[in-house]
Amino acid sequence: MTEEEKIKQELEEGFAYLKDLVIIKRKGRIFADISLEKFAEVFDYSVKQMRFETISAITGIDTGNGFSVIYHLNREGKIMLNLKVDLSKEYPEVNTVTAYFPSADIYEREIVDLLGIKVNGLSEGNRYPLPDKWPKDEYPLRKDWKGISSKKEVQDA
Amino acid sequence: MHEPGEVRIPIGPQHPALKEPESFLINLRGEKITSSSVRLGYNHRGIEKACEDRTYIQDLYLIERICGICSHSHSTCFVQAVEEIAGIDVPIRAKYIRTLIAELERIHSHLLWLGVAGHEIGFDTLLMYTWRDREIVMDLLALLTGNRVNYGINTIGGVRRDIKPEQKEEVIKGIDILEERTKYYIGLAQEESTILKRLKGVGVLSQEDAKKLGVVGPTARASGVERDTRRDDPYAAYGELDFKVITNKLCDVYGRTLVRLGELMESYSMVRQIIQKIPDGSISVKFLRKVPVGEAVSRYEAPRGEDFHYVRSNGTEKPDRVKVRAPTLANIQAVSKMLEDRYLADMPIVVAAIDPCFSCTDRLIAIRDLGRRGKNTVAWESIRLKGIEWYKKQGVDFTVLNKKLAELF
Repeated sequence: MTEEEKIKQELEEGFAYLKDLVIIKRKGRIFADISLEKFAEVFDYSVKQMRFETISAITGIDTGNGFSVIYHLNREGKIMLNLKVDLSKEYPEVNTVTAYFPSADIYEREIVDLLGIKVNGLSEGNRYPLPDKWPKDEYPLRKDWKGISSKKEVQDA
Repeated sequence: MHEPGEVRIPIGPQHPALKEPESFLINLRGEKITSSSVRLGYNHRGIEKACEDRTYIQDLYLIERICGICSHSHSTCFVQAVEEIAGIDVPIRAKYIRTLIAELERIHSHLLWLGVAGHEIGFDTLLMYTWRDREIVMDLLALLTGNRVNYGINTIGGVRRDIKPEQKEEVIKGIDILEERTKYYIGLAQEESTILKRLKGVGVLSQEDAKKLGVVGPTARASGVERDTRRDDPYAAYGELDFKVITNKLCDVYGRTLVRLGELMESYSMVRQIIQKIPDGSISVKFLRKVPVGEAVSRYEAPRGEDFHYVRSNGTEKPDRVKVRAPTLANIQAVSKMLEDRYLADMPIVVAAIDPCFSCTDRLIAIRDLGRRGKNTVAWESIRLKGIEWYKKQGVDFTVLNKKLAELF
């Protein structure tokens, strides 16, 4: 049994609802779809018990009828575990993972700024990457966003 | 948020000590930094959004322009993801050529860094030496790809240019010279008191903090974190090459310097192996413009550390989402930690030591003489000679110096 298959088995045994939702795409690449309610426990288990102790990135996606957030974890730089959670269009909210990964801070600010996903528990701080005077409710990476009119454009640019 | 007795100074977004726009807010007590925060985003150009409106081939050229120094890193990382989704089997020869360019890029990037580091500590002679040597590898890159930066060698399904036997010889010649020079720099780093006094114990990042903050590349490896995507998650031809992952536990700027110098030597060895081992065969396979529905994560060890791309396709000619996480974003957050309780004067070298990415200007190999009609082109060599003649007329003559230098090495 390969390392990837072991990880898949461990996740499916630990969390019955993950059956058939953990997919090994190729060597070193595992993807898993998790519902929002169960996300915290799977994430905690993956980081603490399964030693996926590094986060490479957090990707936010506008899927059209909602949002997805993917947490790209890796174990000793080798195997990548990509945990995906789907969010509704009305309440795009996730909890911060900065308690596990202090460096995830900037990745979370990025999905806040570009997609308008709310990250609960994220500390006060500088925004990233848009300018401070960027107009409210303008989220460039949303699919229906086609640019802003010159009137609303950033004042201090 | 500064306390009484403290002074707060902003450094950036435009500041002579910084080479690219970024902004630090630094709290000082006397000469010592008590805390700092960083603000990024001044270079945000909306490339991820722009990718969604362009075809995969157009995106490849756009992605290559994310960075002027590790352009090949980004383009390779992106094509790998697209090829994975499309199920394209890249010919082995193409993989070797990608790896060759990747290592030459690392050599130019590390030599560039060494010069910048020298400059930041007031050792500008080192800058002049390393940037002169860097021209050798820049010329090799131009010889193989036609460009000094933004090489345009990658295409989806392989590479766009093959390498010829005579080019191989040129590469080996260049690498021989660079190896000798690098040995000299390694000796310099061990003996030269300016380097030792200015870099040792500066910008300390413990192994524990390096792991916690998820730093990547030479910054991580100099803190004893043995991570290298080339070995841990092999791509291109790295699985077939023999190389060491250079690490040390010095945890400071000096350690980062030694890691990069060691990596230069490994890169020379890898380039030689590639030239020797590269198999014959085709250099690309056909790419049909549409990519089936899917997603892929691609990783690449750029000169500055792990580069990360995520691509999601929707069955059309254009991607649904392209996500890029360049290595500097993973490293920049450790800078506040490195600056804690250090002198303000150390700030430029500490920031430079993570090797933040800045663009370098492109040059042309042949330019068209626009003043005349017809296909009049000026060769690279003639521009060079013209430049030398021009300076001679101004009274600047390097002929004697060049002769002396040639005798030295």
